[in-house]
Amino acid sequence: MMKQQKYFVSGNEAVALGVQRSRTQVVTAYPITPQTVAMERLSEMVADGELRTEFMLVESEHSALSAAMGASAMGTRTFTATSSQGLLYMAECLHYASGGRWPIVMMNANRSVALPWSIFGDQRDSLSLLDSGWIQVYVEDAQEAFDMIIQAFAIAEDEQVLTPVMVNLDGFTLTHTYEPVFVPTQEAVDAFLPPYQAPVKMDLDRPLNMAFSSTPPNNMEFKYQQHQAMEAARPVIAQVEQAFHAHFGRAYGGLIDAYRCDDAERILVTVGTVTGTARQAVDQLREQGQKVGLLKIRFMRPFPHEEVARALRHARAVGVLDRDISFGYEGTVFTNVNSALIGNKVVPPALNFIAGLGGRDIGVEDIEKMFERLAAAMDGKAAKRVEFIHLGVATDE
Amino acid sequence: MIEVRWLGRGGQGGFTASRLLGVAAVLFENKYAQAFPSFGPERRGAPVLGFTRIDDQKITLRSEIKQGDYLVVMDENLWSPRLWDDLKPNGLMLLNTSRPERFPDAAGDRRLVTIDALQIARETIGKPIVNTAMLGALVAVSGIISLEAAVQGVQKEMKPALAKGNVAAVTRAYERLSR
Repeated sequence: MMKQQKYFVSGNEAVALGVQRSRTQVVTAYPITPQTVAMERLSEMVADGELRTEFMLVESEHSALSAAMGASAMGTRTFTATSSQGLLYMAECLHYASGGRWPIVMMNANRSVALPWSIFGDQRDSLSLLDSGWIQVYVEDAQEAFDMIIQAFAIAEDEQVLTPVMVNLDGFTLTHTYEPVFVPTQEAVDAFLPPYQAPVKMDLDRPLNMAFSSTPPNNMEFKYQQHQAMEAARPVIAQVEQAFHAHFGRAYGGLIDAYRCDDAERILVTVGTVTGTARQAVDQLREQGQKVGLLKIRFMRPFPHEEVARALRHARAVGVLDRDISFGYEGTVFTNVNSALIGNKVVPPALNFIAGLGGRDIGVEDIEKMFERLAAAMDGKAAKRVEFIHLGVATDE
Repeated sequence: MIEVRWLGRGGQGGFTASRLLGVAAVLFENKYAQAFPSFGPERRGAPVLGFTRIDDQKITLRSEIKQGDYLVVMDENLWSPRLWDDLKPNGLMLLNTSRPERFPDAAGDRRLVTIDALQIARETIGKPIVNTAMLGALVAVSGIISLEAAVQGVQKEMKPALAKGNVAAVTRAYERLSR
């Protein structure tokens, strides 16, 4: 395995390094907490001559993604980043970019959504936009953030896929946390990720029509193709990870990562950085002889319904931790997991834990409490289907 | 795993110190570390926190550090008996003060060690920025990392002109408490 240099950087800085090593040709930038440092580092790299890119300062998030679409339509490798209100402000453009089949990579720093105003972390911003046609990946630590920026370009630019990718990092718990990250040399990344060759692009020598209108006789065919491209992304994600592993020695399990699930009676499903805390909780409970496991969902789109169903098929109780709530129903991850579970012969009791909204801390003891709830459910005791963990005020209890 | 809480005022460099400790542990002692600020907006002069975790194996834990093995208090005006609750049992508090007689030595199994970091900072850096002196003091009382690694961490992160005085601050504070 080739030598890689060890850095001590934050999640934001790991993203900036990933963008640099990917030889990104256009970056469109508009700052928003907690994403700002990623863009600051990129602008410093440009100023210091460490990154040759067209660094475009724009006046809003709507413009950031619009400009990214224009750049991508010219056949250039393009990156932008946002968070929360900014992501929502560019919501219209998200559908535009996926419909236009432009392989843009965007970092989203997961942050709560107003009102009440909050700059702190949860995943309500990106999960509310699952239907915008973007591939959505959620990472657990800074190393995975760095690695997934590079992999995201390889996935997005695959000719079978040509779909934009949103790389989600939990605000603050990942964007602002410094930790070790191994960074391969530029030459090594070049060998893994060749320059983007757009199959179609804006070209004066080969003029064609892009971003056009449709009518009822043809619109649905475009939407069908978008769906097919997202389905085609499943094997591509696996192939890209395999190649990445061969080049750099790191792998993350593809669409999901099952941790100590093989003989687990109770399994907790997580998305994002809370997975790391849950790993520690699972290790501690395993030491006490409790058969618990952890299922990290890495990709929310395309959703790994077969992999989730397989990983949970022997579980006697399943919990889903959502840093999200779809008011009037349940957490969105829970809805997706339940939909996958009903294909199994035996469907275990499933509970939804709403936690960590608006930056509330989730500790090992909170995860242990969730496993206690699952133990009761496994024994047939009545349990609340959707429970808010760690509520500071007595509401319905 | 060792967990450190850094308590200072915005602008005193508490988070920088928490990060320097992480840099030193990860890059110069081949350990694992995490460093993070108190999340959210920070204001100059207001009380702010920084955190460092250090271990011999990969750290996956992402929750807050509610109680530290060590608590570094960079401004004596932030001291209060309530701070003992921010320490684990047998934890150690390190306080920057020139008036140690005003503070208790211990509370139960939790101990307090003082150092006049302000004086050291004035002598070495020429400015009242105490973060690197407190880093040197923490290394001396804890042995989490070596003095050499701490010095290398400062040299790696700061420009040479700035590093010189800060290396002297780390070293002088270290020597004062490791006598």
